[in-house]
Amino acid sequence: MPTLQQRRARARAGTELRLTVFAAALTACAYVLVVAGTTGKAPRGVAGFVAVIAAGYLAAHLATTRLARGADPAFVPTATALAGIGYAVVYRLDHALADNQFAWLLIGLALFVATLIVIRDHRVLDRYTYTIGLVGIGTLLLPMVPGLGESINGERLWIHLGPLSFQPSEIAKVLLVIFLASYLDRTKELLATSTRRIGPIRLPEPRSLGPLLVAWGVALVILFAEDDLGTSLLFFGIFLAMLWAATGRSAYLAVGLVLFAAASVAAYLLVPHVQVRIVAWLHALSPRYVENQGYQVAQGEFAMASGGILGTGLGQGHPGLIPAAATDFVFASLGEELGLLGTTVVLLMYLVLVWRGLRAALGRDDGFGKLLATGLSTTLGLQTFVIVGGITRLIPLTGVTLPFVSYGGSSLITNFILLALLVRISAPTPRAPAPAPGGTRAEGPPPAGTRAAASVDAPGDPSPEPAEHAEGGA
Amino acid sequence: MMDRRIRILGLGLLLLFLAALLSVNYIQVFAAGRIASNPANPRLVLQLYDTRRGAILAADEQTVLAESVPTGGLYRYRRVYPGGAVYAPVTGYASLIYGQAGLEASMNGYLSGNAPELATQSLVNELLGRPKSGGTVITTIVPRLQVAAARALGSLQGAVVAMDPRTGDVLAMVSNPSYDPAALATTDTAAETRAWKHLTTGKEQPLLSRANQLLYPPGSTFKLVTASAAFQDGMTPATRFPNPHVLQLPNTTHQLHNFGDEWCFNGAPTITLLQAFQISCNVVFGELGLKLGAARLAQQAEAFGFNGRIPFDVPAVAGRIPGPGYFATRLPLVAISAIGQDNVLANPLQMAMVASAIADRGVEMAPRLVSEVRDPSGRIVKTFPPRIFARPISSRTASDMTQLMISVVQGGTGVAAQIPGVQVAGKTGTAQNGTGKPHAWFVAFAPAAHPTIVVAAMVLYGGSMGSDATGGAISAPIAKAVIEAWLGK
Repeated sequence: MPTLQQRRARARAGTELRLTVFAAALTACAYVLVVAGTTGKAPRGVAGFVAVIAAGYLAAHLATTRLARGADPAFVPTATALAGIGYAVVYRLDHALADNQFAWLLIGLALFVATLIVIRDHRVLDRYTYTIGLVGIGTLLLPMVPGLGESINGERLWIHLGPLSFQPSEIAKVLLVIFLASYLDRTKELLATSTRRIGPIRLPEPRSLGPLLVAWGVALVILFAEDDLGTSLLFFGIFLAMLWAATGRSAYLAVGLVLFAAASVAAYLLVPHVQVRIVAWLHALSPRYVENQGYQVAQGEFAMASGGILGTGLGQGHPGLIPAAATDFVFASLGEELGLLGTTVVLLMYLVLVWRGLRAALGRDDGFGKLLATGLSTTLGLQTFVIVGGITRLIPLTGVTLPFVSYGGSSLITNFILLALLVRISAPTPRAPAPAPGGTRAEGPPPAGTRAAASVDAPGDPSPEPAEHAEGGA
Repeated sequence: MMDRRIRILGLGLLLLFLAALLSVNYIQVFAAGRIASNPANPRLVLQLYDTRRGAILAADEQTVLAESVPTGGLYRYRRVYPGGAVYAPVTGYASLIYGQAGLEASMNGYLSGNAPELATQSLVNELLGRPKSGGTVITTIVPRLQVAAARALGSLQGAVVAMDPRTGDVLAMVSNPSYDPAALATTDTAAETRAWKHLTTGKEQPLLSRANQLLYPPGSTFKLVTASAAFQDGMTPATRFPNPHVLQLPNTTHQLHNFGDEWCFNGAPTITLLQAFQISCNVVFGELGLKLGAARLAQQAEAFGFNGRIPFDVPAVAGRIPGPGYFATRLPLVAISAIGQDNVLANPLQMAMVASAIADRGVEMAPRLVSEVRDPSGRIVKTFPPRIFARPISSRTASDMTQLMISVVQGGTGVAAQIPGVQVAGKTGTAQNGTGKPHAWFVAFAPAAHPTIVVAAMVLYGGSMGSDATGGAISAPIAKAVIEAWLGK
């Protein structure tokens, strides 16, 4: 007699299977349409393509149901559908890029499965707080190593290792979110206490501002040394969101926003291409800037406006005219050929991922899991907003990829790993014990027998929200 | 209470997404038209290449005068003109920089698919995601005549118009110098700009068709008009006129001379109108002009379409004759105008129309270049039936005029247009233009009894013969070649 939880897990697996089949069908349809639309001929070898894609998607599905029993069934179908749409748009723009993207998609799916295999319990990650943090920062700074980094479009984002190039900021983002979740979970009480107040505002301890200043410093380094506006903004935004979620101290938000404003003004004054971005943001379509500073943003808007409500249809528009059409501006390419209908559906799909991610956070009772899921969901949501808002001139453009959709191996792989973590956190871990929490965390490989050792609920396990007490009636 | 903050964070992200959705809606819906029509949007140009512009076909519905072929590149279709310069006076050009001309301009609505008659088809295409396609324009041009006319004209400056007098169908329309419209339908802006500069600067002006867009003195071919007026006024081919060596013009010491300062018919005291017409006797036609008067002469010319608007599928300039006010103080010029000189101007299209009225028993058909338009699936969406333009002369006058014109080819100035077994009616013209090298004209129709073709051939500035050129020597053989091609001789 199956337990309630088992039945629920089985129902979820069924839902996910149906949705995943739908995602595979959507990908196949998009592929057929895009080939027909660009070449005017029915594609050959559809069956092979469909078989490989379906196998990849189903592997992700099976990994979820087998390795993360009872996980939220929305993640895999939504992400693979986005990846499928992204593949079709990239194929439409450049067949050679599409071959790479296809390989990256399969590698991403493989790494999704691998992540679920390796990380059977997300709390394992909580052991390596500082290792992960240091690796994350180190990865982030890799492009600055002479001979390794490469500057593309004025932004030092890439590293080269022989024939391989990689954008380390992508994976660093996930590592830093894991670090922050672990770190903030441990220090949130400390960070939330306040002893001093100025009028109605209670200030955190000066030393509690340390992490905030460190994060700000990292963001500044990314901004000024690597010229990577998008990652800098994203990193600081994620940090603030997680810090606030962990501590509930609005003062951090206030101080954070002041620091952000200061950095922005400095960047505007000191970094020429930040000035270009601001001009493009404000005046992209004016005759004076449309052919120079505003060019890329204007081209993106032209594409989207030409697409209108229904879009031109895959292969019928001219998204190739947009600079970075397959990477940062893939949303504009999509807008031209799939119209408002396509852009809205895609945005709603991200909303589903963010919503389900936050629900996974709500469903956890361990602070680390909560913060990790919150951080990962915020990463997806904020990154989507930063690029879509940038393309639509809601905010100045800062180049980041559109998760799962943009062309690029680093981005695709990282997002599938991120997805695997969300899937992992969303799955109930019935009797799975948390690793020894509290101050006894060891930095290093988990000692054998952790499971047995931790099967007793540790006394120091932060019970729901002790921090709230310190907050009082805030 | 972290849960509460996670929920608030979720709400915050939701608000960001709503802002993004609003922004996307603004760009793709509310401001889409304004943004997309920004002149810096390269799609505005590319969209013109996106349309599979309709083809322009000859009357046989096979020969392609202009069509759009897929390129497989960024510019989806390329306009090609298989007939090149030979058909340029008909097709015109379709340039993205310089606009359109000729049928490409006048039929643009059909060719581009924007005409209301093609709206349904366009909508269907759009829904099916097919590229927009234009309608096919079927012309009245007969390729073998067009080619024959172009070959007969060779490299000489001038123009030839051939019409079917029964319908007004323009069977051939050739002009020299011409141009290859493909030079203005490239995707290479720099090359196209160069081509345009080359075509529009300098004296040749090949973009202007000599057949219908420019005007030249018609010389003695205008005697078709003068004689028509005489017959309309009750004179007959047998009406006699005094035949002096020169005509002493009124109120002046100037005299009107015959061609080569010769005597007409060896100085017979009087000759008939038919005789005068047959050998193109200027003195007699000067007398006739003065007798008819300026008002009557202009009235008859205007009845044929002079000074008016010629309804045509491509821009056409009607012939011109000054009004009575002009002649009030210049009485001698009436005589000069009666022989198609001074300020009387025409072009081959106008003169072909005059001859077609004679050939069609007094009914002058409007010239027609397009017979119908089909949608991309071949359905006829628009027909242009033949229309009567005017009835400038009676059928009686027409038959008298035919008699005169037959005599010209049988034993007058136009013997070079004789075709064994076919009775050809014609009129020569050798028009002075101040350069000493006359324009040579020949206007003819055949078979004289039941005409099926009218040809007006004009060679400018003496062609290959310089000052010795005459309509009979240079242009009559050209008209003959076209008539032979038509009648299969």
